[in-house]
Amino acid sequence: MNATNPTAPILVTISGRRVRRYLIPATASVLIALLGFALLDWISFEYAYIATYTILQYVVLATAWNILGGYAGYVNFGVAGFFALGVYTSVFNYKTLQLPLPVVIIIAGFIAGVVGLGMGYLTLRLRGVFFSIATLAFAIVLNTVFNNWHFVGGARGVSVLRPDAPEFFGTYPRYLFGVMFALAIAAVLIARAVEYSWLGRGLASIRDDEVAAECSGIPALRLKLIAATISGGLIGMAGAPFPFFITYVDPASAFNLTIAVNTVAMPVIGGLTSWIGPVIGAILLGALQQITTVTISSALSLMLVGVLLVTFVALAPRGIIGVVKSLRGPAA
Amino acid sequence: MVSPELFFNALLTGMFLGGFYAAVSVGITIAFGMLDIVNIAHPAFIMLGAFIAYYLNSTFGIDPLLASLIAVVPAFLGGRLFYKIYYYAFERHGEESLQGLAFFFGILFIVEVGLLLVFGVDYRFVEANYIRKTIEFGYVALPLRLVIPMLAGLAIVAAIQIFTSRTFLGRAILAVSQDPGALRMVGGNPVRVKEIAFGLSIATAVVAGALLIIIQPVEPSLGREYIGRVFAICVLGGMTSLSGTVVASFIVGIAEALTTTFGGPAWAPAVAFGLLILTLIVRPEGIFGR
Repeated sequence: MNATNPTAPILVTISGRRVRRYLIPATASVLIALLGFALLDWISFEYAYIATYTILQYVVLATAWNILGGYAGYVNFGVAGFFALGVYTSVFNYKTLQLPLPVVIIIAGFIAGVVGLGMGYLTLRLRGVFFSIATLAFAIVLNTVFNNWHFVGGARGVSVLRPDAPEFFGTYPRYLFGVMFALAIAAVLIARAVEYSWLGRGLASIRDDEVAAECSGIPALRLKLIAATISGGLIGMAGAPFPFFITYVDPASAFNLTIAVNTVAMPVIGGLTSWIGPVIGAILLGALQQITTVTISSALSLMLVGVLLVTFVALAPRGIIGVVKSLRGPAA
Repeated sequence: MVSPELFFNALLTGMFLGGFYAAVSVGITIAFGMLDIVNIAHPAFIMLGAFIAYYLNSTFGIDPLLASLIAVVPAFLGGRLFYKIYYYAFERHGEESLQGLAFFFGILFIVEVGLLLVFGVDYRFVEANYIRKTIEFGYVALPLRLVIPMLAGLAIVAAIQIFTSRTFLGRAILAVSQDPGALRMVGGNPVRVKEIAFGLSIATAVVAGALLIIIQPVEPSLGREYIGRVFAICVLGGMTSLSGTVVASFIVGIAEALTTTFGGPAWAPAVAFGLLILTLIVRPEGIFGR
């Protein structure tokens, strides 16, 4: 562990290091976004939007999950629950206030973040295994609640009409694509910032040895709670645009198991300890799944994810990043 | 006003379910409680057992209980092999927590999707002459499709209790659950003992699957409901205690039956998970924990 001052604020000065750390990736992301739009216009093909939206959604989910799961080593199996919180915040808003989407995304992030904090407060003091099981339980309890809450559709579901898209984007799918791209960039930047800050170093020490970390004066519970809040909030934010994406929401789609397994599999396959791992995992696995779903079947593509997950945890527990690193330098 | 008749019947159904839940959860008490292997794929193996019983019943007309006994030996051997893989891939390096969880999570999906690809999404059921029979005393009905799984479940737990308290190997399993290092010091091989115990755990899952398909028609994704149940029961029962598992099974079974009767079946899945979260928050060592 580097001996860096843990109390140093993250963003005080814009030094050369800060430029490298924040401005360059931000500019790169904007360039990628523009490139993406140009590409999609050129393709002018609705399916391209659906595929890229889904992949971008996985970039957000995998990156968010990794903040607690990868950095701190606490496996959250309740991704579907946090995601559904965002989805149903959006549905509730659609039925009542009809606030614009960006506002809903922020509210959804707040609600899911608070729930993440609450869940963490109750279960993060236990062993990691119990946290995992409790998050699984949390998703099912929430599923049952939404199954019985008729105002937001209950078990039958509710259909959602897309409002008009803002002028700039033209069509609504393009708008959704833009929103999700912005979310993906935000999520990756947040994950990067967390990783390089005192928070990320603290979480890494918890992952390596929690008792030793506590003994060295790291407030383990507080750091885990911050991570759980950020992670849960980002997952909820990814869920908020979802009703407008599928236009018909029922608990089976909001609590989609594919989402739950993918979100765990992608960071594991990409590499858990760095922000780039989940991004690589989400893009590769997401694209692969889009291809197999279209060409073979969705069941088989889920099977593929399961097999890849098991293969990677067993044979390459450091993911694609770890494989690349060991190929580059055998000393590492 | 709640009619006593309705209440009594719900209580009875809950007790039958409880006995069956004991069979479902005893494997997790062994794997998770005693061996510290977080096998969240346990319910998937239960579904595998259910579909083995279905296959043997529908193609050869074998009674589901007999079918489960046939499946016990390959399940035991498969479980041992599975533990060996788990040991060499994770436990040996001390990486079992995060990686092991992800591993079992993947196995859960492979088994579930595998069953889906082979048997499809339709509900499957078995035929046996006792499934439709009901013994009636006044207005109390005892459907045999519930009574038999309860008795079988309690018999399985009793057999394991006798095994762990009376035989040398069974005591070795208890020893490994308490202190693997000490077992090694007195000349035992904890890995071999754990391997056998894990095989036993998978064998009970396969039998529990046959009991499940006697109770109700099954489809591959049904197993997910049992993830919460088995862990709720295991934690509530105090992790390592077999008698605690039985008592916790009855608590969960009765709570679910009462919820189904008075709150509607749509709320039943939340009961076990609610109990689990409550236990973890209030008393993580379980009702019988030390």
